[in-house]
Amino acid sequence: MDWGSILNNTLAGFLTPTTIAFALAALGLAMHFGFAGLLNFGIAGFMAIGGYGYAISVLTFGLPWWAGMLVGVLGSVVFALILGIPTLRLRGDYLAIATIAAAEIARLLFLTTAFTDVTGSADGLFGFNSRPDGSGFQNSNPIPQGTYGFGPFTYNEQTLWVLVFGLIVLTVAVWFLWALMRSPWGRVIKGIREDEEAVRSLGKNVFAYKLQALVIGGVFGALGGIIYTAAQNISPGVYVTSLTFFIWTSLLLGGAATIFGPVIGAVIFWVIQAFLSNLLPALSTSGILPVSTTQASTLRFVLVGIGLMLLVIYRPQGIFGDKRELTFVK
Amino acid sequence: MKILLDDTRRRVLRIILVALLAVFGGLSVSAPALGDSVGEEYSATVFGNVKVDGEPIAGVRIVVDGGGYTAETVTDSDGRWSIGVPEVRNYNVTLDESTLPEGISVLEGGATQEVEFGLTDRVAKNFFIGEGERNETSIFDQIVSRFIYGINFGLMLGLAAVGVSLVFGTTGLSNFSHGEMVTFGAVAALIFGVGLQLPLFIAIPIAVALSAGLGWSLDAGLWRPLRKKGLGIVQLMIVSIGLSLTMRYVIQFVIGGATEQLPGFDSPKINLFGAVALSSTDLMSMGLSIVVIIAFAYWLLRTKTGKATRAISDNPDLAAASGIDVDKVIRIVWIMAASLAGLAGVLWAYFRPGIKWDMGTQILLLIFAAVTLGGLGTAFGALIGALIVGVLVEMSGLIIPADLKYVGALVVLIVVLLVRPQGLLGRKQRVG
Repeated sequence: MDWGSILNNTLAGFLTPTTIAFALAALGLAMHFGFAGLLNFGIAGFMAIGGYGYAISVLTFGLPWWAGMLVGVLGSVVFALILGIPTLRLRGDYLAIATIAAAEIARLLFLTTAFTDVTGSADGLFGFNSRPDGSGFQNSNPIPQGTYGFGPFTYNEQTLWVLVFGLIVLTVAVWFLWALMRSPWGRVIKGIREDEEAVRSLGKNVFAYKLQALVIGGVFGALGGIIYTAAQNISPGVYVTSLTFFIWTSLLLGGAATIFGPVIGAVIFWVIQAFLSNLLPALSTSGILPVSTTQASTLRFVLVGIGLMLLVIYRPQGIFGDKRELTFVK
Repeated sequence: MKILLDDTRRRVLRIILVALLAVFGGLSVSAPALGDSVGEEYSATVFGNVKVDGEPIAGVRIVVDGGGYTAETVTDSDGRWSIGVPEVRNYNVTLDESTLPEGISVLEGGATQEVEFGLTDRVAKNFFIGEGERNETSIFDQIVSRFIYGINFGLMLGLAAVGVSLVFGTTGLSNFSHGEMVTFGAVAALIFGVGLQLPLFIAIPIAVALSAGLGWSLDAGLWRPLRKKGLGIVQLMIVSIGLSLTMRYVIQFVIGGATEQLPGFDSPKINLFGAVALSSTDLMSMGLSIVVIIAFAYWLLRTKTGKATRAISDNPDLAAASGIDVDKVIRIVWIMAASLAGLAGVLWAYFRPGIKWDMGTQILLLIFAAVTLGGLGTAFGALIGALIVGVLVEMSGLIIPADLKYVGALVVLIVVLLVRPQGLLGRKQRVG
């Protein structure tokens, strides 16, 4: 057992493009579920649309990277409107079923061979971050070639650029959500979560507020997908319902109705994932755990599931949450 | 129906699938002696055979074009043609219908069709030609056979969906782990039928019994304590998601990532009528589903527990006040839901065919679609919804690509929520 490398890889989980992507998506869910009380089980769909919107606009339409990312964000706005207009008038669990279905529709449309020319079907898309004509995301990288950082936090210039960009986006998103939630708009949104009828009786258009919340959270989700995609290729196998559930786990870990909770939840989720994905196979190869290495790496997802159940049962407000702020605990 | 029965008309139509054998022959024999050839200097070749009723037609003009290259030829006395092409890419092949005999035309796909090279540098292109305008019988037969597959799938889906509906009706929980309960049944049948080599008529009842045990233990160990603890509906829903993740990966832990098959999954298809061909497992699956559904309906409508279940769905407090042991009934509902799901899993493993650890996630959304379509919480609504979704999924394959066939069902789900959120048999007050 090489404890040094296990520790090293675990610490590396603190700051990766994936962690930032999860934090952004979890922030979107915090907007949806934590603050507005909307049960969105389709956050993976928002991420997929963000990521594919970016990749397809760059590859198929030749847009520069920033315009491509903008297209990804706009795509998620359209997705939120299509999804929200029919379903936001319905009770919560209908929204849950409709959103998970919509995310699967999006994934299957990216997966089908009918649009291989544009989506690359099961293989996904690649080569959109660095473009031969110099319009790609990595072409605009201001960081000179080289290796930066120390110990577990060692990055090449490409990863560092994604991290810097991702952290800027995340900071802006956190600030934006914080500002929103202390504004009158945020108070109305929280009021809808607590008692929809009461807010309606005050003359507020509850449906419009919910739709706005769905769009804003969806944009955060899409940004998460874009950061994830900016660091690697894109393939439809990533955006399965499990991804949605992992992001829910991150959110509930930190605290659903908090600003920093989702970010910290995502970090904790990935540090634990990195720890288990290094520890369990090592335990198996050294014979302590009597299972194969493949089985050992499956075990960590079993633990995620058990963890999610225990979390919701015993500490639904998460690590940083306030139990009074959770109307879903009746 | 008239078309199908009218023999004379059928003979007049004489739809010919032009010798598929020639295609395979052409691929396996290195250089078949083809009649009239052009572009022999190129290594890649598009070739074909023009026949009506097994009779070759000579002198039919064929044009290949694509990528700035165009070549044409006419068929030889054996009806054969071959055109060499400079590169391996897609070409358009046109059959000049004016060179066909009087009254004969291309029946399917039009006179110009695209060809695509596979792994070899030779590709065959044959046209469906014959007398008449359209291939009516074939499309009709296709619709009938797809419809029957759809009913088969829908019955199986119904077995899984009534469980979700019953659980929702009695406890208010949208159970996201139901898909894994379906997988569980299939995996249990796999372990006993393949792993332990038990005959299927023993392995499948064991699988269903184990599923019932799963339902019992989940209620006893998880859901009942959580009800007592007073968890909210949303909390319970998220717990069911955690349970779904746990079960899904435990199943992957046990059976691995590959697709496994149950014995007899490839039993030969029997031609019933027209183009409808079903295997013996398909027939048994449909029969079994119908018997079980009838038994279930009897249970729900006639027996005391069934009536108590419906009473709890209507109003749990009133049911409890009138002396119904709510916890006991919910326990029975969980056992019922899990065993029906397990049976559906076995049948689905034959229908797909194959058993994979994540098969439950696939069917969960179709179950939700069926339940929402029929009306959340109504058992018979779920059955009707499942039949509609099953037929829709299979029939949509006629119009949209096969890998998008589930999309149709999911779009219907969202449209139903838009126009009739309470579902076909649901009551309006269920909408919030």
